[in-house]
Amino acid sequence: MNSVYRSTAAFSSGLNRSARYTWAATNQSYLNICPAVKPQDTMVQWTADERAAIQGVFATLDYESVGRESLARCLVVYPWTQRYFGGFGNLYNAEAIMANPKVAAHGTVVLQGLEKALKNMDDIKNTYTTLSELHSEKLLVDPGNFQLLADCLTMVIAKRMRTEFTPDIQAAWQKFLSVVISALRRQYH
Amino acid sequence: MSLTAKDKAFVKAFWGKISSKADAIGQESLARMLVVYPQTKIYFPDWTDYSLGSPQVKKHGKTVMTAITDAVGKMDDLIGGMSALSDIHATKFRIDPVNFKILSHNILVTLAVNFPADFTAEVHVAVDKFLAALSAALADKYR
Repeated sequence: MNSVYRSTAAFSSGLNRSARYTWAATNQSYLNICPAVKPQDTMVQWTADERAAIQGVFATLDYESVGRESLARCLVVYPWTQRYFGGFGNLYNAEAIMANPKVAAHGTVVLQGLEKALKNMDDIKNTYTTLSELHSEKLLVDPGNFQLLADCLTMVIAKRMRTEFTPDIQAAWQKFLSVVISALRRQYH
Repeated sequence: MSLTAKDKAFVKAFWGKISSKADAIGQESLARMLVVYPQTKIYFPDWTDYSLGSPQVKKHGKTVMTAITDAVGKMDDLIGGMSALSDIHATKFRIDPVNFKILSHNILVTLAVNFPADFTAEVHVAVDKFLAALSAALADKYR
């Protein structure tokens, strides 16, 4: 875990390219926790069932409600992620985070971003080029954190879909999120 | 990220609520893991059925969940309490510890599915921390 914190400082202090590559190489183990999809440059193949499953999950989503709860949950369950939201005001406890209007607004933004991937499922990689650059160059978000938010989103969906969130649908959904995360990681240098 | 008194209280209270369905939770968590992370099947090469309804999945899910419930009572000294289990995981099963995190994730998903109202953000963080501490205790004797 310590290497993740050191790396965040490395990015923000503008450490040179070779140091960043070293960081990426030593954190490969993080990448292997993503299910099914390996982090290499191959075209993603979706079965008809997977497409249907992912579209089915999206059809259930109220972006505002799910976005708010997922981001709030991420800030509570993984409090170090609060580092990116210094201007959001009161994040002092779980109740404050859940009620925070800026968290709610940003949660919606995240879900709208995910929708872009849904609408371009066969080319998420290129669809996300600008977003990836934004997160790496401007927002300086540790890419390990994408998995944390993704997991919180999965939990919120599991809560709402309940038994309809079958293991097969969970597999397809998590594969979708892995591809999104992989695309968001691509422009980190 | 050690367990605070508040975390332990949340975990104990939540476990009290779920204890009647513990076996089913174990079964479903394992089934989800085997489907969503198919590489985990390598640890059960002689099973014939990896689906939710499989008697093998049901039995093993119960074994695992019973041990986890037992660990809830040992939160004040997980490393000591899990020592024997850590030994067999290290020497006999030799399960790569990355899989503890994978199973923990699927336990959380199963809890969210079955107890949506009780699985608040505060319970989520407490249980996540507990499972992480449990995983570390289980990996303690590995090297």
